[in-house]
Amino acid sequence: MKSYLPPEYIVYRDHERCTRCHVCIEQCTYETHYYDAKDDKIYSRDNNCTNCQRCVVFCPTNAISILKNPNTFRENANWTQEAILAIKKQAETGGVILAGMGCDKPFFTIWDRLVLNASQVTNPSIDPLREPMEIRTYLGSKPDYLEFEYNNNDVALMTKVAPQLCLETPIMFSALSYGAVSLNVHESLARAAAECGTYFNTGEGGLNSKLYGYGDHAIVQVASGRFGVYKQYLDVGAAIEIKIGQGAKPGIGGHLPGEKVTEDISRMRMIPIGTDALSPAPQHDIYSIEDLRQLICALKEATDYSKPVSVKIAAVHNSAAIASGIVRAGADIIALDGVRGGTGAAPRVIRDNVGIPIEFAIAAVDQRLRDEGIRNKASIVVAGGIRSSAEIVKAIALGADAVYIGTAALVAIGCTVCQKCYTGKCPWGIATTDPKLSRRIDPKVASKRLVNLLLAWSSEIKEIMGGMGINAIESLRGNRLHLRAVGLTEAECRILGVKMVGE
Amino acid sequence: MYSLFTLNSRYGDDKDFDGCAIFGMMNLQGKRFPSREPVRAISNMHERGNGLGGGFALYGLYPEHEDDYALHIMYLNKEAKEKIEKLLHKSFEVIGCEEIPTKKANVLNPPKVWRYFVQPIVEKMSTKTADDYVLEKVMRINTETGKAFVLSSGKNMGVFKGVGYPDDISEFFCLEEYEAYMWICHGRFPTNTPGWWGGAHPFNILDWSVVHNGELSSYGINRDFLEMHGYKCTMRTDTEVLAYAFDLLMRKQKLPIGIVSSIIAAPFWDDIDKMEPKQAQIFRALRQTYGSLLMNGPFSVIVARHGEMIGLTDRLKLRPLSAGIRGDFFYLSSEESAIRLVSPFLDKSWNPRGGEPVVARLKIGKLVEVLAK
Repeated sequence: MKSYLPPEYIVYRDHERCTRCHVCIEQCTYETHYYDAKDDKIYSRDNNCTNCQRCVVFCPTNAISILKNPNTFRENANWTQEAILAIKKQAETGGVILAGMGCDKPFFTIWDRLVLNASQVTNPSIDPLREPMEIRTYLGSKPDYLEFEYNNNDVALMTKVAPQLCLETPIMFSALSYGAVSLNVHESLARAAAECGTYFNTGEGGLNSKLYGYGDHAIVQVASGRFGVYKQYLDVGAAIEIKIGQGAKPGIGGHLPGEKVTEDISRMRMIPIGTDALSPAPQHDIYSIEDLRQLICALKEATDYSKPVSVKIAAVHNSAAIASGIVRAGADIIALDGVRGGTGAAPRVIRDNVGIPIEFAIAAVDQRLRDEGIRNKASIVVAGGIRSSAEIVKAIALGADAVYIGTAALVAIGCTVCQKCYTGKCPWGIATTDPKLSRRIDPKVASKRLVNLLLAWSSEIKEIMGGMGINAIESLRGNRLHLRAVGLTEAECRILGVKMVGE
Repeated sequence: MYSLFTLNSRYGDDKDFDGCAIFGMMNLQGKRFPSREPVRAISNMHERGNGLGGGFALYGLYPEHEDDYALHIMYLNKEAKEKIEKLLHKSFEVIGCEEIPTKKANVLNPPKVWRYFVQPIVEKMSTKTADDYVLEKVMRINTETGKAFVLSSGKNMGVFKGVGYPDDISEFFCLEEYEAYMWICHGRFPTNTPGWWGGAHPFNILDWSVVHNGELSSYGINRDFLEMHGYKCTMRTDTEVLAYAFDLLMRKQKLPIGIVSSIIAAPFWDDIDKMEPKQAQIFRALRQTYGSLLMNGPFSVIVARHGEMIGLTDRLKLRPLSAGIRGDFFYLSSEESAIRLVSPFLDKSWNPRGGEPVVARLKIGKLVEVLAK
């Protein structure tokens, strides 16, 4: 069948600058560039290009530019280029259109409509370079009150506080499974988490025993496929996360294609080499809230009640009620993943249409738990396309305890959000298990980039807090008076619990 | 329902914005003394206020009604008074009631203020303690009409406050007629709540009174946390939040002041990390459990209940607080000059460090300085 699909991008090459060094040919995993000996020139197959920018960055003479194909269908506000292309593609393949990363549509971002406060006159702002500025955060269930026993001058704490995770910065690395990303990426995340005093999430795919040394900084995930879950895995982690759903694909399971299941992955996931690793849509032992309670209890029992258990859900319409149930089921942490949350692979129609923006989910869940008087019973960790430190501050002011970053972390180590993670050919060596490509990530360098990002964002968070006259992050958490909305409707403001600017 | 929000803060501001003068004076033997010295002292800090709020809390005020709850209630109109009095008679045995005597003074739009001596009706209390029962009724009165507010609800104590300089308020309420063993005084410089008598300090709930200088940047989360524990923040002031926090921690949860001050002005993590393991565990648990009650932002505060006066500042000490002692008299003040005015020769005078409470207790006869560590 002749394909009617035009190339999305045009590779423009300045042949005068090009030295025929072949770097672009070697770097591109989609075979876009090729050498023509007769002409002694390098040409490109535009159709293959994903605009990942790998060749552009590595071209020593800056000879390459990737341009958006200027050739488009007749303009139509309704029948957009994307809509027409999607239909043509499906007419040619009969398949579901896959996508990587999070929803790329503009209409869900509320962060940009929220502005932050600062001190003027009536209270002093605080300079974080000169005064202490505390962003340490503890995740886990907090008691309703503390009891002490007093003997003369001695005070003894009688209340036993549930196990907690100590975060030196309220930023953790989101679940990225070994298999979806390479071992080198896992190691980079682990090293950076350890260095910054925070945590990385293993995702569903186990933790390679080479990384057990970083177990103190790992949140080990238990998901519907139960891949990589065994006693030692649970024991080695600092916390356990039960994954019910993911923001990029609520209600959808996972699918690691057989090509990515190498020998090491097969050992980790306990499945034969080359077979697809299918994570069912639901957890087949959780068809209701009481089943979740049993799994939480079973995991706590298995680990001797020594570590917090988190439950991760995609933010959907009834998140508030679901979250309340999760807390009552005994979870110590609720992880909420919004509609813009990323993924290695999801049907595009699901990614872009299912779930709710994380901003509303945070506000609704925080408020519901407060109304029910159980907000202290669990910490709230949020995820879903967080792009900057300002968004972290806004998330915390809306009621989150900490955030997960996934895409942002990958961008720090090279990712350009080209959204082709599901091909397994990631030219940046991230979303791949190909040993040759994986070497493109050097854990030493990549972890440094991650540490730098967390350091930079932590400094920015401190600057913003200092400006507000707040020197401990617990005074910012859920403090929505420090937020104002611009260009939101009254209903949106009500749900967010935020006033309009000028009010 | 009448919007309390606009009533207290007519422009709908989030909270109180004010600078202030605070002063507290206590006789450690419990001997009652007249208004002259406390009023002189607070008036000396005239420049710290702007005439839009002044007030006093007097302990040991009604010895003849020692065991009755003394409710000072402010009415903005007649209907509210009728409605609230009906409620009072339904909920309480009213032992005495009268309008609080006033005289002409330089104050703005004074409301009617009445006092009632009451006892809860036992059959109606069910399983509640008397304090909780009264607390619930106070919350009810404050939200019932939007035109009636309880200024104070403790036993053998009372709050007098309003819009004006403290000396004007003292004159208006004829404070020269009263004696008390502990006086807590306030002069206010609000920027956002002109002309609202309920917004003046001291703020009181049951036995607790608070005067406060500063602004809480953490107000939003402090309020939400207290509301989760059944308090209704109707006055929309930072001070209210402080009073409820003390009530929750000290009365309900029975925590001693040393621990409470480590919640409200918590030590830094760096300092906690340096403590011995057992102590670090206590302080870590406190911050983990009560992080939402950390009062962040500049404040100095005097908190009083019968037999006890507490001074505390934020942990960076962004607002002033000075303490002094002379014989049986103990003083706390925004400025040392105000203490020196009424007691020039102090036995001891010092400026407490940020986040460290100063506590004076009755009958022990000596001053206790509780350090956070």
